Amino acid sequence: MSGDAVRDQPTSPAGVTPGGGAVPQEPRTAGGVGAGLRGRFANVEIRNLGLVAVLAVLLVVGTLTSDNFLTQANIENILVSSSVIGVVTVGVTLVIIGGGIDLSVGALVALASVWATTLQTQSYGALVMILCALTVGSVAGLVNGVLIAYGNLVPFIVTLAMLVSARGLAARLAQNRTQIVTDQTIISIASSDFLGIPVLIWILAVVVALGWILLNRTTFGRRTIAIGGNAEAARLAGIDVRRTTVLLYVISGLCCGIAAVMIMSRTTTGSSTHGELYELDAIAAAIIGGTLLAGGRGTIIGSLLGVLVFTTITNIFILNNLATETQNIAKGVIIIAAVLLQRRATRTRTT
Amino acid sequence: MNDVPLLQMRGIVKQFPGVRALDGIDLTVRAGEVHCLLGQNGAGKSTLIKVLAGAHQPDEGEVLWQGTPVSLPNPIAALKLGIATIYQELDLVEGLSVADNIHLGHENATGGFVHRREQVEDTRRLLARLGHPEINPGREVGRLSAAARQVVSMARALARDARLVVMDEPSAVLAHDEVENLFRLVGQLTADGVAVVYISHRLEEIRRIGDVVTVLKDGRTVATDLPARSTPTRDVVRLMTGRNVEYVFPPRRPHGAEDDQADEVLRVEGLSLAGAFRDVDLTIRAGEIVGIAGLVGSGRSEILETIYGARRRTAGRVVVAGRELGARTGTSAAVRAGLALAPEERKAQALLLDQSVTRNVSLATLTRFARVGWLDRRRESADAAEITRSLDVRPADPARAVRTLSGGNQQKVVVARWLLGSTKVLLLDEPTRGVDVGARSELYTVIRRLADSGVGVLLVSSEVPEVLGLADRVLVLREGRVVHQARAEELEESTVLDLVMEGSAA
Repeated sequence: MSGDAVRDQPTSPAGVTPGGGAVPQEPRTAGGVGAGLRGRFANVEIRNLGLVAVLAVLLVVGTLTSDNFLTQANIENILVSSSVIGVVTVGVTLVIIGGGIDLSVGALVALASVWATTLQTQSYGALVMILCALTVGSVAGLVNGVLIAYGNLVPFIVTLAMLVSARGLAARLAQNRTQIVTDQTIISIASSDFLGIPVLIWILAVVVALGWILLNRTTFGRRTIAIGGNAEAARLAGIDVRRTTVLLYVISGLCCGIAAVMIMSRTTTGSSTHGELYELDAIAAAIIGGTLLAGGRGTIIGSLLGVLVFTTITNIFILNNLATETQNIAKGVIIIAAVLLQRRATRTRTT
Repeated sequence: MNDVPLLQMRGIVKQFPGVRALDGIDLTVRAGEVHCLLGQNGAGKSTLIKVLAGAHQPDEGEVLWQGTPVSLPNPIAALKLGIATIYQELDLVEGLSVADNIHLGHENATGGFVHRREQVEDTRRLLARLGHPEINPGREVGRLSAAARQVVSMARALARDARLVVMDEPSAVLAHDEVENLFRLVGQLTADGVAVVYISHRLEEIRRIGDVVTVLKDGRTVATDLPARSTPTRDVVRLMTGRNVEYVFPPRRPHGAEDDQADEVLRVEGLSLAGAFRDVDLTIRAGEIVGIAGLVGSGRSEILETIYGARRRTAGRVVVAGRELGARTGTSAAVRAGLALAPEERKAQALLLDQSVTRNVSLATLTRFARVGWLDRRRESADAAEITRSLDVRPADPARAVRTLSGGNQQKVVVARWLLGSTKVLLLDEPTRGVDVGARSELYTVIRRLADSGVGVLLVSSEVPEVLGLADRVLVLREGRVVHQARAEELEESTVLDLVMEGSAA
């Protein structure tokens, strides 16, 4: 490039109000569309427009190819299938926005599910099993966070090591067997409804809501965005970067603990093979949901939409009796398509 | 010596938005000479060498290479002509070997396969020619010392058959004994008929190795072809100073007895940071602006960052408004105690460029707007809007992404951040870098108003007139030590320049 004299020139003019909408103004260019969606959530929604389009296309395709697609039972089915990975994705999204990455989530789900379903733990009843799963997830997240923040290690490496060793530990605890859940309270979680909606969907809704609040309405969320966007600036502004980072990984671990309870209930087992490749699904969902892999930008709602896109694809393929191999190819294409679409949307918004 | 000069630049003009960085530069360099460029910060040296390196395009003027007009549309064109630039941050690839770095971009290869042995031999020859046969061509550059890297950079210039080597403050990154080596290298180059354009603030160096001196001021050549060894220091300094300062400084309150009674907001005793500065003592009273003048690399920024707790001091005490800060306390504790830092690299160290003005302003004081972690965003917006309005941040739209603001307004956002909190001492590092002339005066007014409201300000600037015009008291820093201290009214620009360049008052 020649003539870099104009480096200070604006590159992305107004209208790009950052997520969460701290500002009482409607973004100018895309305001009309955004306002129609959900009022004050407008800013969040606009960023995810590309993804909403993808989801809409999938809904149309689903409806056209199968009579059973647009039924209450099937929609419920999609949401229930989204619930476990959805909870995991909320934690992963927060970590990525904070400038990190968590590859250990799938393994932590497995470890928590195994630990909470040993004969010993099961003998204490449902409450202890749940507490055990949540504690195992959080403590493993704490180990991740401390190594990264205070040990100055790269998140990729730390969580990769945690992935390997947590699965190893899970396999050892279970002695390579699948542990059967006998506690009826745990089993009944997956089969119960509340106000006519499955409890698993409620759990997902609550975790998403809490994640959204944490990110958009608390000092912790604001600090997370700042650290992911410019860690040095955050540090020099007096923010305790290390403490915030540790907390992020603890939250991600906690989400894994919640997901473990859900998976225990759905499958009535605890197993070291639960949650395989969840880390990739969660990261992919977050990315197509508009979260910047480099950190500093992202939304919980976007991640939720990302998860929904993936489960809807799976659902359509199953309804149409198509092979899962093809399904994986489609997922890959969707990832690229969604990201390209988003970038176009961002560009048109800024011109 | 040939009659046709190697390089001639005539009437070079370079206009940036809001600044005329070069305003008619003339420069003539002959083969085999060491041509020194002198000038204060902002005189146009950096811009000039960027034009020469093909990184900037001049708006007016012509460049002659061995008598023929040439254009330098990009860095590759400059390299092809034989102009090599060695920047302060050396542009070497740390993960590659010495030999690979020297041949980077013009590898000796067939069909993409590098002739490694020939390159290594070639490198060995070049290093021997520069008097450094001890550097192993196979060693990774990342594991070399700063001095050895400089040798590699020069070998690279030689490998490309450079006829003109531009060196931007090469001694700034070197220890004392390494500077001797540098001088020898420069001697080697010129003995081979290569011309060297040498930029340095240190007059003693220029006297040692320079042939002729060109002095720049306000983007113009004010004197050229001065003999480097015999021109009196007084003359050189006189040429460099007396800049047309177009900006206006707000008036100081006259110094009175009651000022000595004002509360001490910052006391620093024996502060040291290994490798950067030693034994710095200073105090700031409420309402006072203390300036630090010194060259790049004299430890200015490091002092501010160490006081702030962003670097861990090796010795000394820091007391903020009577409360001592422990050596291991980080930036959060410093902020709680009432310290604030507006760092040198605004974009890299202070701002979230894609975030709104509001969010950037509230970043350091989030807890003020929160109850048990829950943000009161209405109050956040209102307070941020009020403070940015009082500083006249333009455009007056707190929702705007900070990236779209001009340098001066970005700086105001950084300052505004600290006005929301209970700041007792504001540490300002190069507050007007990259800020155009108009916005400067406004910033000066803001800083003075801040001091008048009882905040103590510690100001670091490369521009001596700025320190003298704005500060009440001035510390002069040279190679990590405070060499002089006085009230600003009692100091002349030339005295300060003398002190920072040679360490002896004129």
